[in-house]
Amino acid sequence: MADQPNQGPSRRQFLTSAAALGAGAGISAVAGSASAATPDPLITEVQDWASGLGDGVDASPYGVPIQFEGDVIRRNVEWLTADTISSINFTPIHALDGTITPQGCAFERHHSGAIELKKEDYRLMINGLVDTPLVFSYEDLERFPRQNHTYFLECAANTGMEWAGAQLNGAQFTHGMIHNMEYSGVTLRTLLEEAGLDAAGDLKDKWVYVEGADASSNGRSIPMEKALDDCLIAFKANGEALRMEHGYPVRLVVPGWEGNMWVKWIRRIEVMDGPVESREETSKYTDVLEDGTARKWTWVMDAKSIVTSPSPQAPIKHGHGPLVITGLAWSGHGKITRVDVSKDGGKTWETARLGKEGEDKALTRFYLDTEWNGEEMFLQSRAIDETGYVQPTKTQLREVRGLNSIYHNNCIQTWWVKADGEAENVEVS
Amino acid sequence: MSKFLKLTAAALVLATPALAEKHGLGRTAMPEEIAAWDKDVSPDGTGLPVGSGNALDGEEIFADNCAICHGDFAEGVDNWPKLAGGDGTLADEDPLKTVGSYWPYLSTSFDYINRSMPFGSAQTLEPDDVYAIVAYILYSNDLVDEEFELSNETFLDVEMPNAGGFITDDRAETEYSQWRAEPCMENCKESVEITMRASVLDVTPEEEGAEAVVDDVVEEAAAEPAPEPEPVVAALDAELVAQGEKVFKKCKSCHQVGDNAKRKTGPVLNGVFGADIAASEGFKYSKVMAGYGGVWDEATLTTFLTSPRKMMKGTKMSFAGLKKDEDILAMIEYLKSVSQ
Repeated sequence: MADQPNQGPSRRQFLTSAAALGAGAGISAVAGSASAATPDPLITEVQDWASGLGDGVDASPYGVPIQFEGDVIRRNVEWLTADTISSINFTPIHALDGTITPQGCAFERHHSGAIELKKEDYRLMINGLVDTPLVFSYEDLERFPRQNHTYFLECAANTGMEWAGAQLNGAQFTHGMIHNMEYSGVTLRTLLEEAGLDAAGDLKDKWVYVEGADASSNGRSIPMEKALDDCLIAFKANGEALRMEHGYPVRLVVPGWEGNMWVKWIRRIEVMDGPVESREETSKYTDVLEDGTARKWTWVMDAKSIVTSPSPQAPIKHGHGPLVITGLAWSGHGKITRVDVSKDGGKTWETARLGKEGEDKALTRFYLDTEWNGEEMFLQSRAIDETGYVQPTKTQLREVRGLNSIYHNNCIQTWWVKADGEAENVEVS
Repeated sequence: MSKFLKLTAAALVLATPALAEKHGLGRTAMPEEIAAWDKDVSPDGTGLPVGSGNALDGEEIFADNCAICHGDFAEGVDNWPKLAGGDGTLADEDPLKTVGSYWPYLSTSFDYINRSMPFGSAQTLEPDDVYAIVAYILYSNDLVDEEFELSNETFLDVEMPNAGGFITDDRAETEYSQWRAEPCMENCKESVEITMRASVLDVTPEEEGAEAVVDDVVEEAAAEPAPEPEPVVAALDAELVAQGEKVFKKCKSCHQVGDNAKRKTGPVLNGVFGADIAASEGFKYSKVMAGYGGVWDEATLTTFLTSPRKMMKGTKMSFAGLKKDEDILAMIEYLKSVSQ
């Protein structure tokens, strides 16, 4: 297995599963064996939907998920913040599969609320150390050459509540400040070049300050090197316009770097010779170490992974036999190359199968196709990225950073799966 | 700057702009436009407007505009940020990070208050007010005395206690280099014991609550294609109510309406139209509002919403007022609709 991590389930695994199924026949927990005596009325009786008619087209000109999926929604943890206007909620990652996050359930984080800004009222200014300060309309932006890229956005505070110990019981709450979308937009480089960078002189020590149009004026300083590398001025996500809560009509995309820098409703880009040291890059999004000094400019989101199912909100309900363990992995340093899963709290590890090859700074789905017969599990996953970085344990992180950090907690998570299939967030030795 | 990219890649990234082709899109930004938006202030004071203020002036301005969330002494109300105190706590178990104990640059306070505060009325303060508020916050942190005149000229005289408390991201040296070894696959530890359980702490939101929300969401969504007409009493102009609901977004950070409305920094506004002024039970009104008398009708609401502090000097409501007459009309119609 270990030498072919990206292949499908091995023949040996297939055989063990089949053997287990055979051996399990007659045990009520094995699917199919218990109700074999009575025919299933869902099959033998003509159901309403097989006889009558369903909705016509246009019943819902813009579709929403069917009512049975009504619990796949963003959720908020009320005690975290003073007010929902300056707050955050969480993506239901425990209930999703694949890698793309639908916009409607992708987490939100606002500092002064989500604003309604029309395309016609949208302006983007580039000023500062540029040859010609420019103003673009939304229409102007759509006339530049466009690109498509899929990237994850993770809030630096994702898993931040778990520093001191296991707190929140659900992957949505511990790891749901993340989403992954395909963006369409113009590179930031294209716009900076349109304004001209000769005036900036040597670009090596230059910065770009970006600012949003909402009342929080959320602004961050980005080194020129990153600005010219892969940042995008995005106006579409997953093929459609950005949602209001994600910065409609235009947001900044800063691949692999903390979500706060992905300024929504971006209205201004200023080329500067130093960082502004704004509130969001000094008093927030800095990391206090054990001795009281703090790290700043910790922009990159390090490699991380999480088992999304089974998990506390997605317990095993199907009884014994085949079990799919699945989860997500990502790295701000590039591609995920491998994910290992442990069922015994880190004593032994198996290499999981990647849904498809890891993509640069995007979510990767992993699967461990396995067998479960009611034994207790301490489920963990650890991601490895293309730089060879291995996702650390919480103990390793605490040894370097102490206990007072909030942001950038990329530790290995443990779910305690019990004999009844329920799971709980725990910390283990 | 090259620590996040390999040197050669960095050189490439930074090399080509001079050769870039232009598309001739956009237009030149006018100086007035740049002045209107480019307000950021850097640590060396670049960007500071001309002005001044001291803590004595600041105390009153702070009480009017900031204290409702941050407390009279900048000590913070509920979950809102504490701005003062915490000196020497950064290495403690639960550090208190305030302007005084943590913020490395004074420019950050000025910049943030100037552009982003007060919450719900950003960019309504004059530069002198901002200088005075910043002076008051410094005073609350025992960093200046009450007569200290903070201005664009004295700005750099203030020393921030934690100015030297930050280091640049050092994960490459302290973490990445240790965590790149081939990981253990078997017999990685002797025993695994549970050391902490989330269910013991019990702070996870209940799913039941979430399901109630689901129903609302689904109902709303289902209603979207052919919305049922809102049950509006004849006397109300439905369009105006809808417009007012939009304007009400400005108020939502402090005021709630509807069935599940709870008191926040401001009172619940159900039934406010036609009610006595300062009649919301349990809300601690300012002296001026508590003793004002009369009822909230079209006349009093119009005056109040135009300029709350002009009508009631000393009101706790830190909102500058609605500028457009049509917004005021719509808001009153909306308040009527939540008062039936």
